[in-house]
Amino acid sequence: MKSLGSIRRDFAPWNDPNAKPYIQFDNVTKKFGDFTAVNNLSLTIFEREFFALLGASGCGKSTLLRMLAGFEEPTAGRILLDGQDLRGIPPYRRPVNMMFQSYALFPHMTVEKNIAFGLKQEGMAKPDIEKRVADMLKLVKLERFAKRKPHQLSGGQRQRVALARSVAKRPKVLLLDEPLGALDKKLREETQFELMDLQQELGLTFVVVTHDQEEAMTMADRIAIMDKGEVMQVATPPEVYEAPTSRFVAHFVGNVNMFEGKVAEQSANTTRITGPSGAQIVVENGGANAKADANIVFAIRPEKIRVSSKKPADAVNALEGEVYDIAYLGDMTVYHVRLDDGQIVRASALNAARVTEDPLTWNDRAWVSFRPDAGVVLAR
Amino acid sequence: MNTTWSRFNITSITLGFAFLYLPIVLLVVFSFNESKLVTVWGGFSTKWYVSLFHNQGLMDAAWVTIRVGLISATVATVLGTMGALALTRYTRFRGRVLFSGMIFAPLVMPDVITGLSLLLLFVAIGMDRGMTTVILAHITFTMCFVAVVVQSRLVSFDRSLEEAAMDLGAPPVKTFFQITLPVILPAIVSGWMLAFTLSLDDLVIASFASGPGATTLPMKIYSQVRLGVTPEINAACTILIAIVTVGVIIASVANKRREVQRQLDERAAQRG
Repeated sequence: MKSLGSIRRDFAPWNDPNAKPYIQFDNVTKKFGDFTAVNNLSLTIFEREFFALLGASGCGKSTLLRMLAGFEEPTAGRILLDGQDLRGIPPYRRPVNMMFQSYALFPHMTVEKNIAFGLKQEGMAKPDIEKRVADMLKLVKLERFAKRKPHQLSGGQRQRVALARSVAKRPKVLLLDEPLGALDKKLREETQFELMDLQQELGLTFVVVTHDQEEAMTMADRIAIMDKGEVMQVATPPEVYEAPTSRFVAHFVGNVNMFEGKVAEQSANTTRITGPSGAQIVVENGGANAKADANIVFAIRPEKIRVSSKKPADAVNALEGEVYDIAYLGDMTVYHVRLDDGQIVRASALNAARVTEDPLTWNDRAWVSFRPDAGVVLAR
Repeated sequence: MNTTWSRFNITSITLGFAFLYLPIVLLVVFSFNESKLVTVWGGFSTKWYVSLFHNQGLMDAAWVTIRVGLISATVATVLGTMGALALTRYTRFRGRVLFSGMIFAPLVMPDVITGLSLLLLFVAIGMDRGMTTVILAHITFTMCFVAVVVQSRLVSFDRSLEEAAMDLGAPPVKTFFQITLPVILPAIVSGWMLAFTLSLDDLVIASFASGPGATTLPMKIYSQVRLGVTPEINAACTILIAIVTVGVIIASVANKRREVQRQLDERAAQRG
């Protein structure tokens, strides 16, 4: 089998200005009474993309998915699939299938009949249905369970039946609503990779809704981070993590330290920021769009901060404080350092050696230092 | 929990069951009485059962009752299910609270009032009273029981099952008959059985709504009892009790078996 890497490495239609969008949300708004679930949202998804909608519950991600499936109609705006406007097309005539969070397996039908249900609706010939069902059972490794009813299956098996049923019709797009939400952690991790393999094997476009950032980061080609019915950022997992464009995204994905400050001085590729207590930080890149004297936030991830007992000689940015808390996690150690201006900085150090040369303990004086390109400046 | 049999427990259970079942036991025992006198034991005999089947009046009444029960229970089940669906599904229409109150009001309405009002209606529209009016009356009062039973099932029904069916290409009508109906069928069947039983033993409403030639079994028994209880009536009642008991036992055993099987299956599935 071809490895995923060889396919995914070069897959980036979003960077190609000539790439044809496959799914398009054009200024879509959805209101339930007075509540706006989706607010004037535009989004483009490409063919064969594994796209994740990530956000806390109530951010509108599920509504977006349900509009694509046809269970809800947008209040305003339009949704295009492969150039076709989906408005007014009922769910049973849309070339998309959905895998439900509750799996929604038909309790009175066997595994086989569940998978065959959609094919029967299509009016497929009986021998073809049998063949397709057999293929699907093989795909999800449930051949032995064909005659079982859903309640005779374990959670993981049910999840695979739901998956097989939703891909049996070879939809143009597969929608997955929290597909791994009901599985335990270990099974979830295994299934993530299975889903990715399956997507490549079938060559389908996947749109997955999840609240689990690790899940989204692992599986998706691109992630849309949503909040209050709006898309905050759409980017690849590394971009989302390393170059968030807003405080919300920086906070939502992973851990982050935020320094409030003002732009003191700006040159071609460096920005000098002054903190409230007068501490100075020099940042390379990223600050290009911040105006002088503007109030901004400097965001930096804990693993990009170094903690040491002495000020590193070569450090451009170094702030002094006191070790406030230490969490030893085995593979790494997380330090909470209280700076002299009172702010607490979270820094994590990989425990690459069994014994650290520079042991730090509670209440030690310590320096936190980081490179000028280690963080980003956020204007909003 | 206290599981020992204290004297108090034994006494209260004995008294309670005696209170419930002593009259019925007496009735059954005396249906096998040789003597013509209902309260004097004259030896064992099954002759009243034989004579029962030769009592044309009672047999006719039984046949009327069964037909009324089958037709009214079936129509009431269809209407009650539709009502329950409308009330659980369309939660946003104006006056929903009023409607759901109104569908359940007949549950607590005294039979006399239901019967009387139906009688007034039939007279007002000039409808000749007979089996049709009894059937109509029974549909009216059993429908709300069906609606209650079906509605309680629909409340816990996972709507995503229907969405999944539609998502897989089934239009709404097909979805209803292939997914919704089979899933809620047990509730509909128990609703039907409840309606049938209610229709079988109704006396008050049937008396109001009935006319000549449409005497139901309870009406017949009641009118005969007024002339004096005969052992024949005891036999008829014993048969009714037997039918109901067998029905209840079959239903509960089947239910229990299904439940046990389901639990076993689920445990097996968890083990892999």
